[in-house]
Amino acid sequence: MSLRIYAIAYLVFLYAPIVLLPIFAFNDGTIIAFPLSGFTTEWFSQLWVTKALHNAVQNSLFIAAITAVMSTILGICAARAGAMYDFPLKRGILGLIMLPLVLPEIIVAVSLLVVVVQILDLGLSNWTVIAAHVLICTPFSIAILNGAFQNLDPSMEEAAMDLGESRWSAFRLVTLPLVMPGIISSMLISFTISLDEFIIAFFLTGANPTMPVYIWGLLRFPGSLPIVMALGTLLVGLSIILLTIAEILRRRGMARAGVKDKGGFL
Amino acid sequence: MTALISLTGVNKYYGDYHALRDINLTINEGEFFSLLGPSGCGKTTLLRTIAGFEGVSEGVVMLGGKDMAGVPANMRPTNMVFQSYAIFPHLTVGENVAFGLRKRKDMDKAAKLAAVDEALTMVGLKGFGDRQAHALSGGQRQRVALARALILKPKVLLLDEPLSALDKKMREQMQVELMRLQRHVGITFILVTHDQEEALVMSDRIAVMFEGEIGQLADPETLYRRPNGRRVAEFIGKMNFLDADVIAVGDKIDVQVGGLGRCQIDAEQAPAGIAVGAAAVGIRPETLAILFDGETTDRKTIAGVVDEVVYYGDMTYYDVRIDGVTETLNIAMKNLIGRPVLDVGEKTTVVWDARSLVLLP
Repeated sequence: MSLRIYAIAYLVFLYAPIVLLPIFAFNDGTIIAFPLSGFTTEWFSQLWVTKALHNAVQNSLFIAAITAVMSTILGICAARAGAMYDFPLKRGILGLIMLPLVLPEIIVAVSLLVVVVQILDLGLSNWTVIAAHVLICTPFSIAILNGAFQNLDPSMEEAAMDLGESRWSAFRLVTLPLVMPGIISSMLISFTISLDEFIIAFFLTGANPTMPVYIWGLLRFPGSLPIVMALGTLLVGLSIILLTIAEILRRRGMARAGVKDKGGFL
Repeated sequence: MTALISLTGVNKYYGDYHALRDINLTINEGEFFSLLGPSGCGKTTLLRTIAGFEGVSEGVVMLGGKDMAGVPANMRPTNMVFQSYAIFPHLTVGENVAFGLRKRKDMDKAAKLAAVDEALTMVGLKGFGDRQAHALSGGQRQRVALARALILKPKVLLLDEPLSALDKKMREQMQVELMRLQRHVGITFILVTHDQEEALVMSDRIAVMFEGEIGQLADPETLYRRPNGRRVAEFIGKMNFLDADVIAVGDKIDVQVGGLGRCQIDAEQAPAGIAVGAAAVGIRPETLAILFDGETTDRKTIAGVVDEVVYYGDMTYYDVRIDGVTETLNIAMKNLIGRPVLDVGEKTTVVWDARSLVLLP
């Protein structure tokens, strides 16, 4: 019984703030407080006409998409090398790649700002944010993809080459389909991390802010708080949809490869 | 018989590690050839240099008269059955078998399907084409791996410990099936194995490898009856070793064998260039015998005491102690009708014959 109470309390702790999002997004009033004053879709319609927000969302999606692809490609290379080959200092090198996982983001942000502006003398743009996001997302990609590659029989690619395929097509025809669930997971996680990352984007963003930076700017005007709530509601909905799709794909991939399902994100 | 594969002066180094030491070898067309040796002896490395997965550090690999230097695995007329079988789990059995035909532009879909059917029938998996590959048993996976390799009609089929993952009964069944299959398709098979029995049963010729070099290359019978050294003799079957002194070398060789006495053996029972001096002789357990009560023999006999008895049902293995030898002699006796099983400590008579000795350097 007490375990049940604990479980319920835990769920409330986890999800109560998120449940509040849609409640206030549809609340007809600019003050975020109970009692609710009425139902409106005003805030959602305002989202459609706020030009600055559209730019921020576009920037964020662009940055997140490129980051997801690039960190996943780097992750594939590292995970494949780690699973299939032995080379000197392998553990040390792989450990070093994983380091950004535990570095404080503020430190990464400040040092990258110094490197980009002072040393390389480059202007800040979406690309500087992408570079930094790839840096922090790649360790996640490697961690996810490692699982996928460790399950592979290293003879499999050799078998495909033995049957006449080139190195690349052996990878494409055999390895790629088998690690596809891992790739999708990796892209999804990187995408999400990049999309809601604030500190680094705040430091490295150029004239066009990303969505989190834009939201942070909005918070200075209490009147626009409900708009943030509406935006948050859309984002939560999108995240749930994306995760569900990824999990369905992952399970399908596992079943197709005949690998025992050892749990995923859902 | 024409040579299909020839390796000349092949060496392979991994850094300081000398994995293959000066391998010289020819393998003939249609031959069932085995590379036999303990793990780490280089047999798999040698197979992989023939397949094209490993380059050689020195030396030449010729295949069908062509130098294979710089020719990658996918351009070589060899196909391989991997130890893990490496069946593609995301494809069906039929798609696995058809995998190698992807590059065959001259075959239409119907021809490919027919070839897959034929290959599956050949390995006894007719009608399995639509099954998911990951749902197969170990023996079935192996058959799929065989079909997948043989459908390309390679000049050489390379088998890397293909039976080691199977249980004993399945292994024995597959040994016979592989031999039959090899005779049927007439393709050269090169088998890598650490199982001496498997090599003896299946091969036309066997190369026994130790520490990167070939210890002996011969047909199974020669390898078993006339091993060229203690290493080979110990690795293949059981062998008793006795100290010996070569007294004179002529048409026949005069040997004083520790514990057994003096005898003469033929030159073919000794390594080439044997000289007078200390040596060793090997005797297989089944070429010795115990003289049971009421049996007679015109061969040489020597008194002994039973030290250990191991009963196998069809056979009994005795360890018998004879005077002047520290190690016991291992003797294999068939449990024929009327033969008792002796007890430990019983006095007995050992029968031996100089013709079964092999002189080792």
